Amino acid sequence: MRRRDFIYVAGAGAGMLATPIPILGKSIHAQELINPGMAPAQKKGLADVALNVARSLGATYADARIGRYLNQYLFTREDKVQNTVNTESFGIGIRVIANGTWGFSSTNDVTPDGIKKATELAVAIAKANSKIQTEEVVLAPVSGHGDVSWKTPIIKSSMDVPVSEKVNLLLEANNKAMENGADYITTALFSVNEQKYFASTEGSYIDQDIHRIWPFMNITAVDKSTGKFKNRQGLGAPMGLGYEYMIPDTNEEVKGAGGVTLYRNRYNLIQDALDGAKQAKEMLKAPSVEPGKYDLVLEPNHLGLTIHESVGHPLELDRVLGYEANYAGTSFATLDKWKTKEFNYGNELVNLVADKTTPGSLGAVGYDDEGVKCKQWDLIRNGILVNYQAIRDQVHMIDQSESHGCCYSQSWNDVQFQRMPNVSLEPGKEPYSINDMIKDVEKGIYLVGRGSYSIDQQRYNFQFGGTLTYEIENGEIKGMINDAAYQSNTQQFWNSTSKICDTNDYRIFGSFFDGKGQPSQVSAVSHGCSTTRFDGINVINTGRNI
Amino acid sequence: MAIYTKEETKAIMSKALEFSKADSCEVNLYGSNSGNIRYARNTVSTAGAQSNQTLAVQANYGKKVGTATIEEFDDASIEKVVRRAEELAQLSPESEEFMPPLGPQEIAESNQYHESTAKIDPEYRAAVAATSIEPAKAKGVTAAGFFEDSANFSSMMNSSGLYAYEQSTGLEFTVTMRSDDGSGSGWVTRDYNDVGRFDAEMASQIAIDKALQSREAKAIEPGKYTVILEPAASMGLLQNMIFSFNARSADEGRSFMSKEDGGNKIGEKIVDERINLYSDPLHPLVPASTWTGEGMPREKTVWLENGVVKNLAYGRYWANQKGVAPIPFPANGIMDGGDASLEDLIRDTKKGILVTRMWYIRTVDPQTLLYTGLTRDGTFYIENGKLKHPIKNFRFNESPIIMLNNLETLGQQVRIDGNLIPSMKIRDFTFTSLSDAV
Repeated sequence: MRRRDFIYVAGAGAGMLATPIPILGKSIHAQELINPGMAPAQKKGLADVALNVARSLGATYADARIGRYLNQYLFTREDKVQNTVNTESFGIGIRVIANGTWGFSSTNDVTPDGIKKATELAVAIAKANSKIQTEEVVLAPVSGHGDVSWKTPIIKSSMDVPVSEKVNLLLEANNKAMENGADYITTALFSVNEQKYFASTEGSYIDQDIHRIWPFMNITAVDKSTGKFKNRQGLGAPMGLGYEYMIPDTNEEVKGAGGVTLYRNRYNLIQDALDGAKQAKEMLKAPSVEPGKYDLVLEPNHLGLTIHESVGHPLELDRVLGYEANYAGTSFATLDKWKTKEFNYGNELVNLVADKTTPGSLGAVGYDDEGVKCKQWDLIRNGILVNYQAIRDQVHMIDQSESHGCCYSQSWNDVQFQRMPNVSLEPGKEPYSINDMIKDVEKGIYLVGRGSYSIDQQRYNFQFGGTLTYEIENGEIKGMINDAAYQSNTQQFWNSTSKICDTNDYRIFGSFFDGKGQPSQVSAVSHGCSTTRFDGINVINTGRNI
Repeated sequence: MAIYTKEETKAIMSKALEFSKADSCEVNLYGSNSGNIRYARNTVSTAGAQSNQTLAVQANYGKKVGTATIEEFDDASIEKVVRRAEELAQLSPESEEFMPPLGPQEIAESNQYHESTAKIDPEYRAAVAATSIEPAKAKGVTAAGFFEDSANFSSMMNSSGLYAYEQSTGLEFTVTMRSDDGSGSGWVTRDYNDVGRFDAEMASQIAIDKALQSREAKAIEPGKYTVILEPAASMGLLQNMIFSFNARSADEGRSFMSKEDGGNKIGEKIVDERINLYSDPLHPLVPASTWTGEGMPREKTVWLENGVVKNLAYGRYWANQKGVAPIPFPANGIMDGGDASLEDLIRDTKKGILVTRMWYIRTVDPQTLLYTGLTRDGTFYIENGKLKHPIKNFRFNESPIIMLNNLETLGQQVRIDGNLIPSMKIRDFTFTSLSDAV
């Protein structure tokens, strides 16, 4: 219903983004993106207004988030700039507990009077809702941190780089792809800066400055003799980095199998555009896959999404408990399975950890949106389901006393709730490279980058495809193939893990606009892993004629 | 806050145009009052309300375009936002595809507004939740639902003399009912402009019945089956197709609407001759906006007639390139149905599968419009004209183009998400694997 809060970029290429892109806030001048925001001392004074008013009205807990959210989105296709969007959103969100019930209100009138009114409304909502509330809020204890600050350890803010320089980079990449046989190319650059100040009645005053960046690319090649077309998406990832991610560094390049160049903490957009154009042309001539059982070799930029869907989402405690039943769904990973302490989510090779701390990741912050210091914890250890993702008002439901620190809101005017932290697969302990892995496969498929993806509402059955797909025969890459998608069941899939490359191959993939909740909110999250082999997975042929 | 009248919007937007110094200027003024309630585990989880009005100003110098927005409408604020749009335009790179503002247009009066919907209050929303939760509890079922309503206005004016205005109201309701033992799940969706048509109790009861009927589902082998798709199920596949009738991507050779030897498929028969698909913003059951954000009138447009492609949407830039009249993208989709009720379709089926809903639908191949996704919240085996037993959910890999070529029977139309879609019986629908999900 808030359709105008989204932009829909026309064209088949941009359609590959899959989701409408949220626009949060008003349009501003690019120059204003680098203006300093309000000083922490001033924010502290204003936040205290909310906390004091809430206490005086009988709230037993209150937190205030003063947020300045800055976004810059740049879109180009071929030799044209399609759109440049700069937005700023500033305001305060106040959350309280009164009569054992949550209440929330927000305002962009960030003055003592505006904050007082919003706080009164939050308390009134809590008291009204308490009449129909059947489960009283129980908060896990958290210590007050006093005055602290945290900043994404970036080298260069993307907001400091002139629009013209960024647009020129996108257009140069487009030109490189067109020179090398692409028929169409869409590129985009998303830059985000969240300046968040959090204060709570627990005694925390937390000032954070968070940066994210995502270069998007989609190349199309058309074979005019057959009428066939193929898309090849960029192999860069959304990252919790500054503009340094866009400055190529050969030390951060990884050579995959099949001559594919992959990227770790630095990206080379122009090189990827060149490679992408050639690969899109190659796809037009590649044969269709023979369906059957294959050993899959999954590259991190691909496997990250499989981890996201088959491990990240099913272990969100609110889903497990049924709070998301009407939208995202529930979860097969029920509490009774977890309680047995022997539920084999995967085999003994599989160790999946959650964190909000990995440098360069989208999830990394110092403190979550309810003032909990961030950390790392185990979800799956030696294949066994050992924990979930839970926040302050949830951990008591799994007999724990410490929040995991993964509470997030997309903006000051949305209420914070449990969101997926980074969820990552630990690399193999023995030295083992991608080349070693290919040599060991007799009949397999190597998938690179994200393609089509779908999973059921309890996260059992999934189907994934890649951006680039190669057939492996007797230890060698035989060539590119088309129309391959694998179908599996989460538990069977992770129990078929047969080998994981070592830490030299470890990279992170991310999702920039992950949706959850009603009304829906977006969140950004990363997933790290090394190339991993899964044995005997069912591959279908998706080729059709219409 | 208020839903602005025509006169109020004219006064604000005229001022903005008076302040403009750019080559041309276009302003949109829009706003809404909306409220929602969410429940899960048979209790209310969140409730909220939002109100906003926004003035968006687009200024251009040649092909350099800037847009700025503001939420305050005093003279100083209006002048400020116009100046900001002009500054942004001066600093922007040239946008090759920029089209100058349209002149005055003949725009039909919209019929999307109902005062009764605009008056929905928190008590009404709480009652919807209670009406849904209470019968669920009584039957050993757990309800999780979401209700959202809004009243909106939208208006625009430009320096070439175009003015457009409309009001609308709408509500959306979905509820998932799960049997307390977790073995059955049902779902229903409703959306209307007029709250007078909405019956929360009746809708919730359908989902409760499905939850109870779908318990203890049996597994059957994946493969090709005759299916009866409820309108919500076929909508999942058709929605993407309806909004992909895009001339530009077809002409560029990268769409299911591209012809093998170049050009697009206008004039070609692509589906069964009983398929007629059109959009019409003035249809009384699914009224929609009669103009686009840049002021182009939306009129009844036929997309498929007797299975033949009649039109594709042309944006103004692409229409100009191709020397044809622009055709806006549709604001709704209407597919002609038949007389058969869902019960009739089931009664006339020897062996088949009834599908309530499809979920997590994603494109697998844009060339053939192949989609994958899963059945959800009530899938049943039909034998000799009767629902025999619930079955486990399937993953499908299917293209709506193939599906509409395998049409057996069209049933009655139902409103789904602002569209009017019939239930349909399809042969050889492709299910590729089983899911354990309930």
